[in-house]
Amino acid sequence: MTALVDEELLERPPQDSSLPRVTPHSTAELRSHLRTPKTLWCPGCSNGIVTRALIDAVLSLHLDPDRTCVIAGIGCAGRITTYLNWSTVHTAHGRALALATGAKAADPGLNVIVIMGDGDCVAIGGNHLIHAARRNIDVTALVFNNSIYGMTGGQMSPTTFEGDRSTTSVYGNVEQAFDICELAHAAGATYVARGTPYAYTRLSQLIAGGIAHKGFAFVEAMVSCPTYYGRQNGIPDPSDMMKRQQSRAVPVEKFDRDGPRLHDRYPVGVLHHTEREEYTAAYAGVVQRAQGSSRG
Amino acid sequence: MPQPRRLVEGNEAVAEGAIAAGARFFAGYPITPSTEIAEVLSRRLPQVGGHFIQMEDEIASIGAVIGASLAGTKSLTATSGPGFSLMQESIGYATMAQVPCVIVDVMRGGPSTGLPTEPSQGDVMQARWGTHGEHSIIALAPSSVAECFSLTVEAFNLSEAYRTPVILLSDATVGHMREAVALPTSDELRVAERGEPAVAPADYDEVISTVDNIMPRPALGSRYAVHVTGLVYDRSRGGVPATGTPAVAEGLGLYLREKIYHHRDAICSVEEIEMEDAEVAIFAYGSVARSARAAMKWARRQGVKVGLVRPITLWPFPTEAVEHMAEQVRTIIVPEMNLKQMSWEVLAAVAGRAKVVDHGRIDGKLIRPEEIQDLIRAEFHYHHFEETR
Amino acid sequence: MKPMNDAPARAKSRAPEAVVVELNLCKACGICVALCPCDVFERDALGYPVVARLSDCTSCAFCERHCPDFAIEIVRAKGRA
Repeated sequence: MTALVDEELLERPPQDSSLPRVTPHSTAELRSHLRTPKTLWCPGCSNGIVTRALIDAVLSLHLDPDRTCVIAGIGCAGRITTYLNWSTVHTAHGRALALATGAKAADPGLNVIVIMGDGDCVAIGGNHLIHAARRNIDVTALVFNNSIYGMTGGQMSPTTFEGDRSTTSVYGNVEQAFDICELAHAAGATYVARGTPYAYTRLSQLIAGGIAHKGFAFVEAMVSCPTYYGRQNGIPDPSDMMKRQQSRAVPVEKFDRDGPRLHDRYPVGVLHHTEREEYTAAYAGVVQRAQGSSRG
Repeated sequence: MPQPRRLVEGNEAVAEGAIAAGARFFAGYPITPSTEIAEVLSRRLPQVGGHFIQMEDEIASIGAVIGASLAGTKSLTATSGPGFSLMQESIGYATMAQVPCVIVDVMRGGPSTGLPTEPSQGDVMQARWGTHGEHSIIALAPSSVAECFSLTVEAFNLSEAYRTPVILLSDATVGHMREAVALPTSDELRVAERGEPAVAPADYDEVISTVDNIMPRPALGSRYAVHVTGLVYDRSRGGVPATGTPAVAEGLGLYLREKIYHHRDAICSVEEIEMEDAEVAIFAYGSVARSARAAMKWARRQGVKVGLVRPITLWPFPTEAVEHMAEQVRTIIVPEMNLKQMSWEVLAAVAGRAKVVDHGRIDGKLIRPEEIQDLIRAEFHYHHFEETR
Repeated sequence: MKPMNDAPARAKSRAPEAVVVELNLCKACGICVALCPCDVFERDALGYPVVARLSDCTSCAFCERHCPDFAIEIVRAKGRA
């Protein structure tokens, strides 16, 4: 792996010009978009960092907060609905994309951002993920993938790696982990990206790019759970986890996509980006045809 | 002005009732014997600028219905037993989070895959208790094509007024029967609209609904910031989760119950036919009420005083009407296409004041008037019945 | 703790007016202390960050961006954005 220039340590990290430009806002301004910044997330949980990146992205895009809603599932990530002071919906486990589909279809002008943990998105919610991607409905799915079930105390998830320990894989996990970006891509997502909290500025851009994309946007944020994943797998320190995650992240243009997919290296950046007719736009055509033919 | 009289199928009448009630979103999954509702709405909703989507399963369907309702659109789904089972978690979510929506369950033989093309009334208790936790629900049972239309409208009105899911418990017979009806148009109907709360967005978090002033929730994407959750929440703090405060949990639970039960007089609807001098009553609902009515008319022709009490509202259970019936008659016959689901409730409300005779049928066949006639004969030992049927 | 690579040498004039840590929000996770490229922070006896070497700070704001609890505010020097 080639050494990365640590761009994130620069005062103004360089931005990817193919993505929307993100203006980092002051902490004071960001706090004003939270009902409370006192979260239940553990010390060192990077959920808060991704939350900050999300707010930076939304503000940088100048989205109308009245026309923006965040729909989230159950789990640590889902608790973001308690903290953001835009309209939020905290759904049943795994069903955020189903509710988001209904909300967007009923009001296509709504900005719909869907927040899920890895279990919420690809375990119980897997079916809704593949169909939302297939429909290419214009919502942005931001997945907080920490490879564990944190809220329930540290069980394995479909993105826990082989060999990892969890409270339900005490002898070591024997199941392969999903590559959820490739899953979303194969199902039809037209914008697929992955980022890390360490590379904050790029992550915020990737989120902004997903929101700005017209179609189903899937952004995987590799977050770290020091309390459960970290402690059970020998890396309890939050900073060590973040650094290790970043050291395994390979820019997509340098990643050998035909090589073996290993858990100690994964591509980051915009992995897939195509344009395809978006679902609500296509349905508007259905309405036109129906109203034309009903006039006889 | 009503539309011309024509043969209409029960399921089609549900679809037209939904449109007349202002529903503009349907999400569902095909399942016999409800599929016609989806098929009609897939054609009709885009004609009126609405949205039809066939979702990947029933769980996704009820999820999308909830999402669309939160976005401000009257929404419904339609299913049968197996799909109704799948929807239960999210129906509970809708009761907890107070999301108006209509769920049509066209009951068929069960349990499990059961008898897909045959009627039953096997989901009556499931409609009340299918989802986990202590909760309240409203369920209506149509027994004609005209009621498939009118009760669907009523279901939407009730769901908006009381901010609750409402279940329309149809069955394969009612859903697939055809009757000549003149369906009303929207301008002839009372249709409840959701509106916005009478408070400014800045004050919205602190103002709470009371049982006598149930405020609508503003839509996602309106100028109000709303927070919706299935966790126990504090209504006085904008709906923020409050799982650590027992008083809040109890207060919310009691409010959700009283929101409906305080208004049971307005919500519960019962049809009484020839009960003024009745000695024996038949208590029947849905398609069975059609057979019960025929049996009752036969009995009157035979000179015995039998009346019919037909609950239109199954939940909340029409306790007052049943208590009143128990004061009037000596026997209550409860025919159902299940094994005593409603008759247990009747027994409890009757509390020994009258005899309750249950009659269950679970073979997928409609209870025939003759079966009820035999039960009536048994209640009038000393009466001479003609052998005609 | 070492940063990911060696930080380039900076002139002292890049220091901010203040690095404010809101202790009411801070959870003492140690990310800011560990990942600061200029070793500006120390940890106190309870593990909370203390700004020990403000003059070494280059206003990169890595700590501010990577605080999961919105607890850090960089108050930039006058005349600098």
